[in-house]
Amino acid sequence: MDAITIPHGMETEAGVGLPDKKLGMWIFLCSEVMFFTGLIGGYIVLRFGAPMWPVPSTVLNVPLTAFNTFLLICSSVTMVLALAAIQKGDVAKTKRFLVATCLIGASFLGVQVFEYHHLLMIEHFTPSKSLFGSVFFTTTGFHGFHVFCGVVCMTFVTIKMFRGKYSQQDHQGIENIGLYWHFVDLVWIILFTVIYLI
Amino acid sequence: MEIPEGPSHTPHRAPRYMAIFWWLLALTVLEVFASMKLPIGEGPKIVLLVSMAIVKALLVALYFMHLKFERLSLGVTVSLTLVLALILVTANLMQWLFHSPSTVMPPR
Repeated sequence: MDAITIPHGMETEAGVGLPDKKLGMWIFLCSEVMFFTGLIGGYIVLRFGAPMWPVPSTVLNVPLTAFNTFLLICSSVTMVLALAAIQKGDVAKTKRFLVATCLIGASFLGVQVFEYHHLLMIEHFTPSKSLFGSVFFTTTGFHGFHVFCGVVCMTFVTIKMFRGKYSQQDHQGIENIGLYWHFVDLVWIILFTVIYLI
Repeated sequence: MEIPEGPSHTPHRAPRYMAIFWWLLALTVLEVFASMKLPIGEGPKIVLLVSMAIVKALLVALYFMHLKFERLSLGVTVSLTLVLALILVTANLMQWLFHSPSTVMPPR
């Protein structure tokens, strides 16, 4: 029987032909799909099952959130450009795009905190005020938590980038955090439509 | 015994990321406009808005997450998750369709 020797640090490929870490990230994202489907599915049932439901635009600040959506889309672009840059070996550009992604992601969180503050303190729209308030804060709050985790991980990856840990040949960390970040963007695209626009 | 090597995705030209960005931006503006200004019924409006959101989500998944260029096995794995998610939402909607609102949200 032949023995397989795997050098230390070498990426192995699983049955689907992906590096282990990348496959792990995709499996994690699949579980996240089910998590957010539960939240969004619950929202849909409550929304259409309730005898009374406010028009979202009368309670929520749609233009502000549209701007926040724009921010998240921008951060997705800078993220994918960072990956494209490291794949070409352009380290300086990769650093710039990673820093931009961190800053734009943090800006998204800042706008969300401002929105929450305005709703809670000025509009007195609290989770306990109505069913809409309850599901709104639960769903957008969990998404915001995901963005927060993404910004923290992105900062960690950016620091590693500045320390020279990634290169054209080895950039799996950047690709994985990118997948997570795009997924968070994708979920927000759905949430923005379902909660704010419909 | 050699370990099989090879790229985890098919070789491809880099997508035009800025073009995807402009599409996403345009669809977002259209969504907000349709939601606030378009004088159509609620049903068609929901279909229109959800359709645009699905197109945006697909653009992100296919081009930014590179799902279009990954191996078919990954696409199948992810698709199975989406099928399960669809079943979950459909099962939820069945409750809304076949039960009165009072069973979904009991009166206090």
